[in-house]
Amino acid sequence: MLIRRPADIAPSEITPHSVYRRRREFMLSAAALGAAALAPGLGDARAATKLAPLAKSPLSTSEQLTAYDAVTSYNNFYEFGTDKEDPKERAGSLKTRPWTVQVDGEVSKPQTFGIEDLLKLAPMEERIYRLRCVEAWSMVVPWAGFPLAELVKRVQPTGNAKFVEFVTLLDPAQMPGQKIPVLEWPYVEGLRLDEAMHPLTLLTFGLYGQVLPNQNGAPVRIVVPWKYGFKSGKSIVRIRFTEQQPKTSWMLAGPREYGFYSNVNPTVDHPRWSQARERRIGEFRKRDTLMFNGYADQVASLYAGMDLKKNF
Amino acid sequence: MQPKPEQITRIKAAVFAVCLIPLALLVWRALTGGLTANPIEDITHHTGWWTLTFLMVTLSVTPLRLLLNAPWLLRLRRMLGLFAFFYASLHFSTWLVLDQFFDWDAMLKDIVKRPYITIGFTAFVLLTPLAATSTNAMVRRLGARRWQALHRLVYVIAILGVTHFWWLVKKDIREPLAFAMLLAILFAIRAWHALGKRRRGSAVMQRTL
Ligand code: HEM
Repeated sequence: MLIRRPADIAPSEITPHSVYRRRREFMLSAAALGAAALAPGLGDARAATKLAPLAKSPLSTSEQLTAYDAVTSYNNFYEFGTDKEDPKERAGSLKTRPWTVQVDGEVSKPQTFGIEDLLKLAPMEERIYRLRCVEAWSMVVPWAGFPLAELVKRVQPTGNAKFVEFVTLLDPAQMPGQKIPVLEWPYVEGLRLDEAMHPLTLLTFGLYGQVLPNQNGAPVRIVVPWKYGFKSGKSIVRIRFTEQQPKTSWMLAGPREYGFYSNVNPTVDHPRWSQARERRIGEFRKRDTLMFNGYADQVASLYAGMDLKKNF
Repeated sequence: MQPKPEQITRIKAAVFAVCLIPLALLVWRALTGGLTANPIEDITHHTGWWTLTFLMVTLSVTPLRLLLNAPWLLRLRRMLGLFAFFYASLHFSTWLVLDQFFDWDAMLKDIVKRPYITIGFTAFVLLTPLAATSTNAMVRRLGARRWQALHRLVYVIAILGVTHFWWLVKKDIREPLAFAMLLAILFAIRAWHALGKRRRGSAVMQRTL
């Protein structure tokens, strides 16, 4: 019989690999934490590029803002990994200059905008919006941008244009999460044309008065505050006007779970969890989720007569 | 050969300490502000992940014992199983107290309506009698055969645990898949061994006939 003294068993032999990996991750992040403590502010210096003074908007909410740290460290941006902390850690590889946004499809004046021109296309405002994630948490974020309608007007959609499709950058070298087929890349989202033209729909370049940190969808993203967060495409390189309803990444991933509209609606549950309540980041007790995320007065008319259970 | 009794005592103490590390990490992160922007979710995930991991480690004891020919490993199994229950209790309490804050109505709805909660809850309920009958006195009271039959529930619990994880992830199933594969391997080792034993058994029978 083999004689085994317990001391001979190396920890790696008895530890399941997944545990071992977590522990390694933990040690790495502990090391990173140590490094960050030694060089305070180094990580933030790049992100903290101030935007010109922003006009206030009557469309802003007066609710308490979610802390900047939370807004920039707790992100769903699968292009950089599926854990919430991944984007902040890994989005440094995204190059936001030079950057162009191709606007085409059913428009009379298709055009490719350089990011510097896009920034100057219309006066920027601060818009403080509620953000409700499909995972039942929420934030209040002071975005900076101008209505998407400003851009739409300039390219002049044709009579055939019924929908607008937003395409995120596809480049696995810059977006390492794209090496893993969790979703169909590039990430595609879409709106109906009237939704895209709605004054609440914001072409967004910044938050907290600064340019967007990479993990929040730099250099340009959409924000549609009455829909679940995933409807707001990030790091956009193409805006296409179409006659057909776009096939969005999440609809392809789970047609029964994620619909084209994905309006925030406390009465229509996700098949696997309730949407009736949400946890506001920074708060303990859950709060009730509001119809259209509290923007019903502004947007309910867009859906008059529609069955919102069917068109989820 | 066996480690000596006093060696086993020392091994047990060491394993006990190691089993507390996940809890220590959680406490450390809580105290240093390392629990992400959504601490309740983080605690839920941490405790849930370690519950499943301890179930897997507990289920690894028999396959490892067979592969390494180290029968004494069995002496660690009860402690590992109880740690699985310990982390499951933390996980369940996180949900009960922090996540739902004793909202009985909402919890009942969730248990009935959300398949992944239904399944997680079932797994926890099934785990409870196993923890309750873990003492030597209970083994004697039930009798080895009945005790063993009851404790076979741990296979069901592990499968429910993996399914719970599978159904709660949004899209990235890599981790639940890894747990499912590990579980399949552990079952395969047992099955392979049981088959071998039966074959050896029948060979012996034939020789004696
Ligand atoms: C033996 C029993 C159980 C096991 C093995 C288990 C395991 C797990 C695992 C592995 C996770 C995911 C961790 C991660 O993402 O890293 C999880 C999450 C979770 N579990 Fe459990 N669990 C059990 C029982 C329960 C019970 C009884 C409840 C509540 C009634 C529960 C509620 C949850 C919730 C709410 C989540 C988080 C879901 C989300 O991310 O939205 N679990 N559990």
